Amino acid sequence: MSLAVHLRTRLSPRFQLDVACKVAPGVTIVFGESGSGKTTLLRCVAGLIGPDEGRIAIGDRVLFDTASGVDVEPAQRRVGFVFQQLALFPHLTAAQNIAYGLSRLPRAVREERTAAIATSFRIAHLLERRPREISGGERQRIGLARALVTDPEILLLDEPLSALDHDTQSRIIADLREWNQSRRIPILYVTHAQREAFALGERLLFLRDGVIVADGTPDAVLNAPARDSIAQVAGFENLLDGVVVDRRSDAGVMLIRLVGTSVELETPLASGDIGHLLRVAVRAGDILVATERPRGLSARNVIAGKIATVSRQGAIVHVIVRIGVPVEVHVTPTSTELLDLRPGRSVWLVIKTHSCHPVSAV
Amino acid sequence: MDWTAIALSLRLAAIVSAVLLVIGLPIAYWLTFSSSRWRFVFESIVALPLVLPPTVLGFYVLLALGSQSPLGRAWMAWTGHGLAFTFEALVIASILYSLPFAVQPIATSFAQIDRTLLEASATLGVGRLRTFLRVVMPLSIDGIIAAAVLTFAHTIGEFGVVLMVGGNLPGVTRTISISIYDDVQAFNFTAAHQTALILLIFSFAALATVYALTRRPWAVASLA
Repeated sequence: MSLAVHLRTRLSPRFQLDVACKVAPGVTIVFGESGSGKTTLLRCVAGLIGPDEGRIAIGDRVLFDTASGVDVEPAQRRVGFVFQQLALFPHLTAAQNIAYGLSRLPRAVREERTAAIATSFRIAHLLERRPREISGGERQRIGLARALVTDPEILLLDEPLSALDHDTQSRIIADLREWNQSRRIPILYVTHAQREAFALGERLLFLRDGVIVADGTPDAVLNAPARDSIAQVAGFENLLDGVVVDRRSDAGVMLIRLVGTSVELETPLASGDIGHLLRVAVRAGDILVATERPRGLSARNVIAGKIATVSRQGAIVHVIVRIGVPVEVHVTPTSTELLDLRPGRSVWLVIKTHSCHPVSAV
Repeated sequence: MDWTAIALSLRLAAIVSAVLLVIGLPIAYWLTFSSSRWRFVFESIVALPLVLPPTVLGFYVLLALGSQSPLGRAWMAWTGHGLAFTFEALVIASILYSLPFAVQPIATSFAQIDRTLLEASATLGVGRLRTFLRVVMPLSIDGIIAAAVLTFAHTIGEFGVVLMVGGNLPGVTRTISISIYDDVQAFNFTAAHQTALILLIFSFAALATVYALTRRPWAVASLA
């Protein structure tokens, strides 16, 4: 059973959500900056807000249709929703939270299903505790279990893991994947974190200003940004303006000279004639730093520069290197120490051709 | 000490509190969750007894219940006697007079409930009435208890409205506060002292209960 959504709704004079998509069983990532309309889309599907016009259906079952005046109550939609802030009932134990949506079933069935899902989400030992006595990651599991135990026909997840550390995220994602292997229901998973998108998504919808601007596998959408806005949120810290100075179709590459410098970057071939202005997107994590000029490398771009600033942010050190223009590079604290990276030091940056992504001109 | 008046006041307060809980819950729910643009009008009406002199309220209630009014005539036709200066009139007047004391604490605790809890309940297939019983009520139990205690205490202590609507009939409409007033008028200070002290202690205990309950959220819920 797949979900078909076609809706338009104006939330403010300046913001309108206008999307049309079909979501097949499996995980579909809804990706975009905050304010792009991701949560609004989910809330419309769940019936928590009524769109101005459109149609929402799961298979043949119409949930909302302005043409025929259908608007099914949220409680009748059979749509599972996991909220960003979880919304566990504070006065109920974990077991009572999970069984909340099962109150019409006989007690024995209710208890059996609660116990079964608690086991598959590894929270069986917490069932008698209240939410405030339970840690973040485990609360998330209870939120998931509570939504899934009611056997929804689709599942909506609104940044459910954004507050968790990476390990906990990965483990929960693995359990969710395993659960959906047998059910195969459509899952809409809202996130702005690339990591989650790659780990979970079979398909990614890229939302920007209320409109779907890209649709494909996470890899295709996030690794080949079609627009600046995509590059920015997809974690391309460096957006460098340049002019195409040479095209080598036989080698599948072109040379772009960065504006205001003599630095030439070799990038994969993209549309743009010689003399055209282009922008090159490079992830800070895709750039290597060397303290001596490296030799015998396959990487084609080796650029001399000088360190401007070094600042540690958690487990990542952000280094700004001037090569005529500032370039942001991410390295580990260990490398920073071993290479003695500090402001004023001369370094070489190494960037593979295929780490340089030409995107549309400014 | 006027035990008849004390018993009468307790009976009046118990009935008024019970009735106000029943009608206060839906009114508070509507005031909290309605998106009607006319909400402010109803908020003002509910709060009116807070600012109106009791004599003004009592005067209008007396007119509304009198033998000339539709309500008074209907009551006369149904029961065979008039409504003014009866215990029933006291109950009606006290319900109006104590309405904000019931609605406001309940509405305040409703407003503190995280709306996403109600949305979560809906997406789990639970309708509005059952969500009210299973989530809204338990999470605002402190506000509901506060409403009951305040209504009870406020009704016990009322004077002006009672005097206007009920008069001073022993065993029928003479409440504690009227009894004290009577004693003072008759220079019977010892009796006035005793009754007044009971009222003072009772009022303090009621307020202490309310403040103790509303200090910590979930304090009551976690006892359950």
